[in-house]
This record gives sequence, C-alpha cells and structure tokens, in this order.
Amino acid sequence: MSAYQLLVTVQVIDEEVAKLLELKAQLGGDDGKQTFVLKTAKGTRDYNPKQMAIREKVFNTIVSCFKRHGAETIDTPVFELKETLTGKYGEDSKLIYDLKDQGGELLSLRYDLTVPFARYLAMNKITNIKRYHIAKVYRRDNPAMTRGRYREFYQCDFDIAGQYDPMIPDAECLKIVYEILSELDLGDFHIKVNDRRILDGMFAVCGVPDEKFRTICSTVDKLDKMLWEDVKNEMVKEKGLTEEAADQIGEYVSMQGGMDLAERLLHDPKLSQSKQACAGLTDMKQLFSYLQLFQITDKVVFDLSLARGLDYYTGVIYEAVLCQTLQAPTPAPAEQNGAVSGEEGGVSVGSVAGGGRYDGLVGMFDPKGRKVPCVGVSIGIERIFSIMEQKAELSAEKVRTTETQVLVASAQKNLLEERLRLTAELWNAGIKAELLYKKNPKLLTQLQHCEETGIPLVAILGEQELKDGVVKVRNVATREEVRKASQKRGWGNVCSAVEKIL
Amino acid sequence: MTVSQIDEEVAKLLELKAQLGGDDGKQTFVLKTAKGTRDYNPKQMAIREKVFNTIVSCFKRHGAETIDTPVFELKETLTGKYGEDSKLIYDLKDQGGELLSLRYDLTVPFARYLAMNKITNIKRYHIAKVYRRDNPAMTRGRYREFYQCDFDIAGQYDPMIPDAECLKIVYEILSELDLGDFHIKVNDRRILDGMFAVCGVPDEKFRTICSTVDKLDKMLWEDVKNEMVKEKGLTEEAADQIGEYVSMQGGMDLAERLLHDPKLSQSKQACAGLTDMKQLFSYLQLFQITDKLSAEKVRTTETQVLVASAQKNLLEERLRLTAELWNAGIKAELLYKKNPKLLTQLQHCEETGIPLVAILGEQELKDGVVKVRNVATREEVRKASQKRGWGNVCSAVEKIL
Repeated sequence: MSAYQLLVTVQVIDEEVAKLLELKAQLGGDDGKQTFVLKTAKGTRDYNPKQMAIREKVFNTIVSCFKRHGAETIDTPVFELKETLTGKYGEDSKLIYDLKDQGGELLSLRYDLTVPFARYLAMNKITNIKRYHIAKVYRRDNPAMTRGRYREFYQCDFDIAGQYDPMIPDAECLKIVYEILSELDLGDFHIKVNDRRILDGMFAVCGVPDEKFRTICSTVDKLDKMLWEDVKNEMVKEKGLTEEAADQIGEYVSMQGGMDLAERLLHDPKLSQSKQACAGLTDMKQLFSYLQLFQITDKVVFDLSLARGLDYYTGVIYEAVLCQTLQAPTPAPAEQNGAVSGEEGGVSVGSVAGGGRYDGLVGMFDPKGRKVPCVGVSIGIERIFSIMEQKAELSAEKVRTTETQVLVASAQKNLLEERLRLTAELWNAGIKAELLYKKNPKLLTQLQHCEETGIPLVAILGEQELKDGVVKVRNVATREEVRKASQKRGWGNVCSAVEKIL
Repeated sequence: MTVSQIDEEVAKLLELKAQLGGDDGKQTFVLKTAKGTRDYNPKQMAIREKVFNTIVSCFKRHGAETIDTPVFELKETLTGKYGEDSKLIYDLKDQGGELLSLRYDLTVPFARYLAMNKITNIKRYHIAKVYRRDNPAMTRGRYREFYQCDFDIAGQYDPMIPDAECLKIVYEILSELDLGDFHIKVNDRRILDGMFAVCGVPDEKFRTICSTVDKLDKMLWEDVKNEMVKEKGLTEEAADQIGEYVSMQGGMDLAERLLHDPKLSQSKQACAGLTDMKQLFSYLQLFQITDKLSAEKVRTTETQVLVASAQKNLLEERLRLTAELWNAGIKAELLYKKNPKLLTQLQHCEETGIPLVAILGEQELKDGVVKVRNVATREEVRKASQKRGWGNVCSAVEKIL
C-alpha cells in the first residue's frame, strides 16, 4: 500500500468510527446506569484543604526562588500526541497512559515535563530560555501505596536552555536547589554531583565494553539502595563483567570529595587516559570554583557513585538528599523524578531533587537536528509535601485552610442586616471576612467557628453597642477586646480600625 | 444496530487501523500539540497568573478553602451524569486496569469528594483544567482542554444568604478584573416552572421549553416563539403568554409586582421563588451590588434626584426645591401629582434608576431639614438644613453626587 493509500484508509476508518460512536451515544450506549463510586482511580488521590494549604506554601517558596533567578514559566497540555512521547523513555515506555482511540489522533498523558519542554522549544524555534514548569505527570507503575508512589504526581522543573559559557548555568541550577531546600526548612541536606563523561571514562578505563555502559550505569545507580557486595554481584553475575573490572569500579565509586578530588583524579594514571573523563573533571573543577563564589560548597559533594538513571544526560548530574528523615509511622514517598529512589525502611536518605545536563534531547525533535543544550533540575515536590504534612501533624501549630481575618458576629437576634452590611464593607476594603449563614446564630457558635478555623479577630455587633454607635473587635484567642470602633459615621471607621489591628 | 454490535464494529475498525500502522512507533518529528489543545507561552502565563491572583484573592477574602482532585476519574463515576454530552468525554485506553476517563467538569468530582469524605458543609473553590472532545472551531476559542474556575457553598443554611454571597463574589471579581461594564442576570427555576405552568405548558415539556427560552440571548423572540409553537408543540396562546413574562426585567420591585400578578400568583412554586427573590435582593442591597443586578435596561434618563413628598399638600415645597436644584445645574424630577404616595415616588426612582430622593415631610420642614436618601440602599445619606433656604439642600445634594 502506498503512503497515500495508507493515509486515506486511516482517515476513512476514523470517520467510520466517529459515526458509529455517535450512533452508540444516541442509542444511550452509556447505559445511564447511575452509580456513585466512592473512590479515586488507583494511584491517585484528592488533596484536602489542609494539604492544599501546605502545598500552596511550598509552591510559593519554590516559585519565589525561580522568579528571583529570572525564570519565566510555560504550560503545556496534559496529553501529547502519542508519537511525541514514543521512543523517548526506553523501557519506561510501558508505563505511559494512553488515551483510548476514539476515532481521532492517538494521545498519551505526559510522562514528564522534559519531553514536552523539548517539543515546545523545537516547535517555537527557541534557542534560549530559562523556564520553570510545575505540573502533574502520569505514570502507570505499580504504586505500593505504603511507599507512597502515586500514578499522578507533581513535577517541579527548572531548566536553562541555550549555548552559554560552560558551567555557569549548571552552577546556577545548584544554587537554586540549595536556596529552595534551605528555605523549605527540611533539615540538613547535601547535593551529590558527578558527570556522565567521568562515569563513562571510568567504565572505559576499567574495561567495561562500550555496549554495556548504560546497563552498568544503572547497576551503579543502585548503590544508594543496595550494598556494594550486591551491586558487584549484579555487575558480575547478571551483566557479565569480570570481577577485576567490578573491583576497579568499586575503588572509584567509593570516592567523594570537592574540587580537590577532581584535581587528584586528573592526575590519576588510569583515569587520565580517558579524554572524556578529563573533560568532565576539568569542568567539575570549574563548577566547584563557581559554587565557591555562590557560597554553597558546604553542602555539595563530588561523588563518583552517583549515576542517575535517565539515558539523556550528557554532562554534569546531581542529586540532593536529606541527611535525616523524620521518624514517622509511614515511610515517606520515594523519589519519582528519575529512576532514583532512596527510600526504604528506617535508614533512609531521602532524595528531594535531581537533574543534570542533557544536550541532545531537543535535537531529537528538530527536523534539522539542531541542538539546543540544556541543563536543569527537578524538585521532588511530592516527597517534600509528604515531609511537610508529617511536620504539620507532629507540630502543635494548626494548619489553617482559610485566610479569613475577621468574623462578623452578632450578640443578639435580628442583627443579620448589620452583619451583612459590615461584612460587605470589610470585603470592599479588601479585608478577608466571613459571617455565618444564619439569621440568628448564637454568639458561642460564632466564636467556636473562629476557634475551629483559626480566625484571629471577631467583630461583635450588639444591640446596645449599635445604639451607642460602636462595634467591639475582639482577639479570639485571648478574648481581649482590642478595640471599640466607632460606627457613627458609617462602617468605614470599623474597617480602618480592623485594618490597624491586622 | 444495537450498542454491542456497534462496539464490535468499532473494535474491528480500530484493530485494522492499528495493523495499518496507526501506532507504528516510528520516530517522526511531530511538532504539534494535540487537536484542541495549546501551550501557554511566558506572556500568556504572566497574564494568567494575574487573573488567577485576583480571583483567588477574592475567594480567600470570602473565607473559601480549596481542594484538588485527579485529572482522571473512574469511568463509572462520570457515567450517567452528563446526558447527551457524555459522548464528549475522553476515555483512557483499557490497558488492563480500571476503566478511566478524564474529568469533564469540576462539579461531579466535587460531589464525589463530598460523598467520599462525608462532608456536609464546605465553602470551596477549585481551579483546574477539564477535558471535552468537542469540535473546537479555533476561531471561536473553544478548546478541548481548558480551565474551569469553580466556587461552591455546600450545606444547609438560612435561605439566600449563601446565594447572595456567590453573587457578591461574581461582582467583586468582574469589577477587579476591570473588564468594563457588566451585568448579572438572576432568575429562579421555580419561577420559570411556575410561569410555564400558569401559561399552560404541559409538565413533560417544561425542560424542553426551558431550553428554547434559553435561546433568547441569541435569537429574536419571533424565532424563539416559532420554535416553541412549530417544533415543540405549544399553543400560540401559551407562547404569547410566556412572551409577556420573559420580557420583564427589574429589581426587587419586579418580584413584588409579580407576587401580585393574578396569574402567576396562582403557582405555589412561583410564589416561593419570588419570595426568595425578594429576600435575595434585600441581601444584595446590603451587599451594595444591586446596581449591576437590576435592569439590563439602560437608563433612558439621567435624573440624579427625585424631589418627593411624604405627606399631602407639599406640592409647593416640591416645586420650589426642584427649581432650586435645576438652577444649581442638578438633574431633578418630581411627579406630576399634587399628592403622590411616597411609595409611588420611590417606585418611580427604582424603575427609572434615579439614585437619590430628597424627601419633604411636614415635621422635617418644621425642623428645617430635608432628608436625602439613597434609593437603592434606602439609607439616609444626609439631613440637609433648609433654614436658610433651599440653597443648602442643593449643596448637600451636590456633595453626595
């Protein structure tokens, strides 16, 4: 069949299917059986108001940081053409959610934010951009809910695309990770850095055959979860390395340090034979010099065992881990950014961010193969939410789900009109206010509502007070009267009084 | 064909399509988004952020919390909720697990959330994207993936207070977004149904006549009437009666008038709706938003003050004050009656949109004052001294305007 004939036939099929589905709908094919199923889809969950309040705070901190560094933001659709995602995720492709063929284009839910980003750049012929993107992505893996892995989860990506002088944008990415993790107050953390070229160079000089680079890489990646003996075992028994090669690798991957380690390795007799490794090591020194200027080297470690899973990294790679996790009844969720997960049992180093340089991805989307070098980081936002939620539960402080500043209350009956007026004036003045939807609520009920939802002030309207032309404003927690606001010249005074207190 | 026969046919065709290589995994350079969807570039995101901030601030100012739900639901959850529109739902492929569909709106997920968590009272907003497989004419700006921004109050409360707050919120948002002038139309299902009943529409035709009436914002009355009579089988008489009612617009005054309408008042439903409508408007007045809620009707006069009298025999005073106002360049009116009822004069203000009324009363004139009232809120704005002549009253009115 010629390509043209093929195209026509597919079109004809699409049309036929559309007609049949139309007919089915008319026949009431959806059988209209009314059930109310009270669950969310497997691997997904609702966010209740408390969780949303926590989430909002976390997003605000993160977005402030991105904005402080001059990043813009974009958004892309939740589904892409299936072809766009095809061939980008290797083995993980089986985890992609497809949409049903309903007679139109074949679609799939986005698996990450990086491929859509690459498509966006190529589509708009963009060569330079500093962008962040916070949105949900979809993966059909088997969520062990106790491990807290979801099928729908947030990713929070920051990327710098464009040809620039080496390592400066890479350094800025690390500075951003440092700022975010510090501001979120998650406790102590450190950032491991390595470089794909150093890893590949190391494999080469240790005698690993070229075609086994990627697979040995993913075995080394398991070092944060498995002991060396088991990793070595996998390399030798499953992946066919010689014991000697495995031991040599073992020596290197136990090394950690700073700029000094990079310097030492540049003079390592074996490693220095690899041009790749030398290029990576030189850049690593450069990176560390910038990190010193950014004042963040106290938390950054050059760690040769870091081997992030994703195939598309071409240069520097990094991962941020918390030094301690909270002792919580349920283990915190595993990192879902790349293949890295550092979470099992009680002894845990939680990975909360990861990324690296990926210079070849955008070129895959461009018909002329034009390359746009990129470096970026993905913040493990679900992990962070979970930690913050646990913190909130453990702390005595209540998480408010609303931001109401004043409740307008009445002390006696038949004061609804006055309550509505005052509340409207407060809203008009931009003050966050509420009233109960009852004509004659009891004062106690109104005060209880304040206590339950954390409203700090209550403006109490009383018969006598209104005759005297005043409104009492009380601090809910202490029950102290903060002010008697004059109402004689209209409610405006009361608004100003409230504003002054706030 | 039966439904199951259709399913079989569709399955065969899709199988064939897949074989033809509809899914061939070949690496093509696809540089487009799916039909009916689009990226947001940084400029658009900046605008979007401002709009969301304004809207969310308003919701928060009113004490609302927010929730979020997954982008897809179990197919069963969405089944049977959208009637004919069900064919527009995006399904996920059956990949051997649960059958899933992308959410079509935020209301059904909200209902599921309430039921699942046994929640009886909540004031919540939810801003998120929803998905509909309709045929987007891109020039009309319809997309298959688009944002919805919902605010809902769930729970048993004293009537009309939450309803009034919803309208207050719409008013605040549209004002703050600075989109230009707007108005909000309100009606009530019970009033509509009551109206249909007294006009002789058979019960079973209520919903379908309702959707015809709904087209009045796009079609002329003649065409709407035509559809009711020729397509939906109403008598011309019934259609004409409906025609009289649906041309009515107003504020609380209209609700009051209709409660005394000989035909409509026969419907218990309509009366309930009208009583609640009055209650609603009273709250809206206290919320100070009735200016955008009453008549869609544009004012045909620019009168600023009506000079009214509270008792009889005050025509002379009314004429004097009105003249003074005119002399001061203020747009004023008075009713052409020697002894008009105060209510009639106030109604005139409401019907024609006059914002202020200067009320002359026997006692007040003895005390040397004139009360100036805001018509919409009924609040007394000023007591102007008349002792040294009407000039003072004029200045007082000028200051208010």
